[in-house]
Amino acid sequence: MAEREVSVLIGGRAGDGISSAGQIIARLLAQGGYQVHMYFDYPSLIKGGHNFAIIRAAEKSVGAVREQVDFILALNQETITLHRQRLGGHGVVIYDTGTVKMAEGIGIAVKDILAAEDAPPVMGNSAMIGAFIRAAGLSWDTAALVLKKSMPKGTEKNLTIARRGYDASEEHRQVTATGKPVLPVLTGNEAIGIGLVEAGLEMYFSYPMSPTSNILHFLAGYADDLHIRVIQPESEIAVILMALGCSYAGTRAAVGTSGGGFCLMTESLSLAGIAELPVLVILGQRAGPSTGLATYSAQSDLHFALHAGHGEFPRLVIAPADAGEARRWTRTALDLAWKYQVPAILLPDRIICEGLYSVEAGAGMRSGDGVVMAGPDTHPYLRYAPADSGISPLRFPPAKGEIIRVNSHVHDPDGITTEDPLVTQEMADKRMKKIDGLSRELEGINPVNTGGIEDAATALLCWGSTRGVCEELAEEKSLRCIQPVVLWPFPEKAFARAMAGVEQFYAVETNQTGQLVTLVSRFGYTPSGKILKYDGRPFMVGELEAALDRVIS
Amino acid sequence: MTGKDLISTAKNTWCPGCGNFAIQHALKDVLMSMETEGFPLENIVIVTGIGQHGKTFDFMNLNGFYSLHGRTIPVATGIRLANPDLKVICLTGDGDSYAEGLDHLIFGAKRNLDITVLVHDNRVYGLTTGQYTPTSPYGYRGRSTPGGVKEHPFNPLELMLSSGAGFIARGYTHKRDQLKRLIREALVHKGFSFIDILQICATYNDMSKYYDARIFDWDETDDGDHEAAYRKAREWDYNNDARIGLGVMYRHESPSFEDGYPVPPPLSPAERSAWVRKIMDERA
Repeated sequence: MAEREVSVLIGGRAGDGISSAGQIIARLLAQGGYQVHMYFDYPSLIKGGHNFAIIRAAEKSVGAVREQVDFILALNQETITLHRQRLGGHGVVIYDTGTVKMAEGIGIAVKDILAAEDAPPVMGNSAMIGAFIRAAGLSWDTAALVLKKSMPKGTEKNLTIARRGYDASEEHRQVTATGKPVLPVLTGNEAIGIGLVEAGLEMYFSYPMSPTSNILHFLAGYADDLHIRVIQPESEIAVILMALGCSYAGTRAAVGTSGGGFCLMTESLSLAGIAELPVLVILGQRAGPSTGLATYSAQSDLHFALHAGHGEFPRLVIAPADAGEARRWTRTALDLAWKYQVPAILLPDRIICEGLYSVEAGAGMRSGDGVVMAGPDTHPYLRYAPADSGISPLRFPPAKGEIIRVNSHVHDPDGITTEDPLVTQEMADKRMKKIDGLSRELEGINPVNTGGIEDAATALLCWGSTRGVCEELAEEKSLRCIQPVVLWPFPEKAFARAMAGVEQFYAVETNQTGQLVTLVSRFGYTPSGKILKYDGRPFMVGELEAALDRVIS
Repeated sequence: MTGKDLISTAKNTWCPGCGNFAIQHALKDVLMSMETEGFPLENIVIVTGIGQHGKTFDFMNLNGFYSLHGRTIPVATGIRLANPDLKVICLTGDGDSYAEGLDHLIFGAKRNLDITVLVHDNRVYGLTTGQYTPTSPYGYRGRSTPGGVKEHPFNPLELMLSSGAGFIARGYTHKRDQLKRLIREALVHKGFSFIDILQICATYNDMSKYYDARIFDWDETDDGDHEAAYRKAREWDYNNDARIGLGVMYRHESPSFEDGYPVPPPLSPAERSAWVRKIMDERA
């Protein structure tokens, strides 16, 4: 029996609350034990313009959407015009009869429902969601619980309106429960926020920028509950420097931005490198160059993350593939940044940041041992004391009788500026030695994921959000799927293991040049082909399948 | 600790006669006296930018963060938020805080961050060997402007007053006792304290004679008067040949930025896990 799955598209104008409605639909479907993924597409506008979300629910893990959908929820005529062709043979359109004049399917008189309840237009989506609940054959009682949780404001009125929509609708299909456990549904940004909290974050600094602004909003919203402090400084330059000031004084901080903001941070990334100050940068990728497509996605900042900052210094670069992975690796990244006193970069893309994913509720993973601290008896304390591991034990001011210096110049073990050639080289070696321990530790915590058919001779190579679609098609087409999560220090051993027995591989990336290909080629791996997409949108399942059929004989 | 202990053994590389010596020793003397009164010097952190002034980091035995050009104040912000027991002194230059890092200076004042900013204002780039800065007078002939600079200087005191700084003063490296008093009062002031220190550059811009002929001490009895402060700030605009007032120009205490962000007691890992479970339940 084919696995059950269902896809829903909801569309309307910017400002119609498409994202919130999409999230509720995703949670409704999750109640049946489905795993869900939502792709949200919106232009860089507050009001006007077309917004849509596609929610796909399946019995297996899902990280991509299909071109075809089973339900279209149309809040305006444009949604029908733009997406009518996506409707599958057995699909149905649910539309607002007040705003959509030309449609077939289930018409809902949203305006009349709102008038009957004396409700504001913003509650119209509740009527449409109610209509969907009925059309998809979902249990009203279960759905009502989701609506209550999702709409803490005006709950009763929204429920009444949803029920009116439900009553005005008709059952079109029964999306039956799978019997599997109900998983939480999170955006990547929420998952990153949770990972930061689990890693003991104390302060978060960020200047607003898509696609990571919602981490700022999420943490700011819970700051009091979590005893963390969230600050919006004057620029990304100030953002990272405030975090480095915290780190000097022993406070765990992280920062969030996108490519343009990260450009401004690079001077200080280099400072973090030489001064050995731990910091975690969440670098949410969007389509560039420059302002690019502000609200669309790309995987085009891999080499920027690998090489940002002048001079040579160790760093950690991690690219999670979905919300669950983002949560676990955020936690690990902040832990490792502190253990090795290096800057770490978490490199999700916009699809992950603002997309929805089902995640396991259980505890995230944790790295081995923690921060290396100097004992109180170490005297004189030397901030950059030589060590076999390259890790100089930390102390934070104030420390009576000790002087704690960090320095952007080349410095001696005490942190005093030097231009001595021998010390210059010794200190550079000390810093770079940390990469050995970091590499070893990373090799032990599955830095490369494999999926699909694990012993297949043909593989798809991918990273970040592209893993979802690649893994799905790898299973379908008996291919291996290889996804390095850790990109630097490059996990050579784990990657070699993942590639063992591969005779040919194809890289799938949402960028113009194949940035992961460039990286792996440094280690002797050459793909048979690259499948690249750089229009700001993710690969949908059918699109990549067709591309694979063209290149893989 | 003795005064000698506060000066490090690192080799001093300032030119003979450099105004930085006066500032370094004034700071040393103030800190010494504060220690005598019971202030623990391990609670002091100096944050320096890049320029000749920045070398103070190496030349003193104090906790320090040798930051980037123009970038002392955001680092100081992070340190103060992390631990408000630390007293943070930013040592910056005019190229540093008036050019590359001007936004941070304005925001430090706007937020009333509880730090002290000492600007070593020699009105020339020393480290990069003699180019004009934002406070160089119109027509200054530097190595990058052999025909004379074609822009007017701006007035840092007026700028700080407009930005919300609560303590604004001007000192001069030839007036050591006054400079010590100003630094001390700046350190005692709760909130953003700023001193523009007219510092002679012995090699590229020795304005000693010019300053000596024009300086006078401000009447500080009305230092809480905002309008009077504007008048004082505008008398000499760093370009005209007016009298140059020295002393505290404006003083007004108000709640600091850090007051709004007190360090919360940390949440235990168990409490954090409980929060995560709650969020997961809400999202299921």
